[in-house]
Amino acid sequence: MPSKLNFGTIGLKLATILGFLFIHIPIFIIIMYAFSTDEKTFQFPLPGFTLKWFGVAWERNDIWEAIILSTQVATISTVMAIVLGTLACLAVYRSKFFGREVISFLVILPIALPGIVTGISLRSAMSLFGIPFSTWTIVIAHATFCIVTVYNNVLARLRRSSHSMVEASMDLGANPWQTFRFVILPNIATALLAGGMLSFALSFDEVIVTTFTAGQQSTVPIWMLTEFIRPRQRPVTNVVAVFVILVTTLPILVAYYLTKEDEGGKK
Amino acid sequence: MTTTFDKFFTFLFYRKGLAIFLLLAPLLVWLGVVYLGSLFTLLIQSFFSIDSFSGVIKREFTLESYYDLFRQRTNWDIIIRTTTMAFTVTVVSAIIAFPIAYFMAMYAGPKLKPILYLGVMLPLWSSYLVKVYSWKLIMAKEGILTWCLQELGLMHLLDAILALPVIGGTSLSFSYIGMFLVFVYIWLPYMILPIQASLERIPKSLLEASSDLGGGPAQTFRKVVLPLAFPGVVAGSIFTFSLTLGDYIIPTIIGNSSYFIGMAVYTHQGTAGNIPLAAAFSVIPIIIMMVYLMIAKRLGAFDAL
Repeated sequence: MPSKLNFGTIGLKLATILGFLFIHIPIFIIIMYAFSTDEKTFQFPLPGFTLKWFGVAWERNDIWEAIILSTQVATISTVMAIVLGTLACLAVYRSKFFGREVISFLVILPIALPGIVTGISLRSAMSLFGIPFSTWTIVIAHATFCIVTVYNNVLARLRRSSHSMVEASMDLGANPWQTFRFVILPNIATALLAGGMLSFALSFDEVIVTTFTAGQQSTVPIWMLTEFIRPRQRPVTNVVAVFVILVTTLPILVAYYLTKEDEGGKK
Repeated sequence: MTTTFDKFFTFLFYRKGLAIFLLLAPLLVWLGVVYLGSLFTLLIQSFFSIDSFSGVIKREFTLESYYDLFRQRTNWDIIIRTTTMAFTVTVVSAIIAFPIAYFMAMYAGPKLKPILYLGVMLPLWSSYLVKVYSWKLIMAKEGILTWCLQELGLMHLLDAILALPVIGGTSLSFSYIGMFLVFVYIWLPYMILPIQASLERIPKSLLEASSDLGGGPAQTFRKVVLPLAFPGVVAGSIFTFSLTLGDYIIPTIIGNSSYFIGMAVYTHQGTAGNIPLAAAFSVIPIIIMMVYLMIAKRLGAFDAL
């Protein structure tokens, strides 16, 4: 090959490395700042390192309340998304009927349209019907956009798994419930878990739709947003940021390995 | 108990239509009533109006909110500002994303590929707010970026950029450039993945065929790779464009105080309590997105998703 192409590869490598640095460095910077002794500014280089702020954050009740609310919301929304998404997948994957494409479109719509549209829509409907804001109004909003992760994961798995197992189970005298419980469910279990993990992370991090559907109470992202606009103790915000990175990153890693393993196994 | 349970399932098994209906019903009720219902309510409310004295919403059909929306120049400015930002962010993201996606699809070996894939996935999924916040730290006056530029002796360059009209400002975190940078950073992974997927799908034999027929690398790239990867670029652009159009956090945290569509919607419904105007305002991104999606469909982006 001519040397021109080699030059291209070097340029390409350089572009990729720079691109990856660009998307990863900011996350490391935030982790670093959680250990800074600096209280008021974002001074760099850091004047010193300390673990003090982790202790301070631990003592703060408002943070615990936000974490508890976020966990509740994410858990309930995920369960709802799993039930609604899985049932729909079971209907969709083996049958062709009018409006099948419509369902896929309907599931994607809440995340395809700008978050502000989803947020203001739900808010205007709630205010029109006089529904008071509560944990449940947040859950309603979150479940709506969480369905897509479960739906996509489970549908992909069902499409890949062979239907002959289901037929064999029925031939061997299992009834439909037994077939679901002992054949289909184990087959889609990791996809369910992966979809659930992603849905949990999605809900735990969502801020735009939440600002419209929450009343006085704050989830972790809402708490952070208030701190950005009116900072009380900056280092504590940095500590919470590190916590949020962990809570959202770990489920994604788990989800990735759960779906990857499956692909390898099927080939 | 088990027997009635089993009987019920067996009963359903022989009635496919009913079974499908029952399985789909919860989802359809949820998305149909809660979501589409809300969207519909929003649309209806945009045709209501607010009494300017009492602040009470009048539930009668009127085009007053739309009239209000389009009458004021500032609202046009907001729409143009937001769309221009969304467009610029999309174009620049595509330019940065393409070589990365190209390397991932064409050059990375079987060991490196999953690592790179995960390397794009993680920032995409990790906390949106934390990522925005980290740029606040980076771009702060006493922050890391200033320090780096000082060490490199490039401060005058930053000052020169910030002195530019319109896009400049007092500091990076209070300017359109800063905001633009953060938008590109946040949405870049959404652009990389669809492009990578579309490049991955190009059969290698096509590249060989092109070279057999006498096409040089540049020619092959321009005439074979680029047209086949283009739907992926358009697919990625749907995300970057739509997400920028609706975002109101980044313009709130970073940038000068000039409004974007999202902020306008938020302010009108919140502090002003003018839901009809907020609703009319949020119909704008819906219409822009609908036009965008129609064009994208023509360009074949949906096959690349």
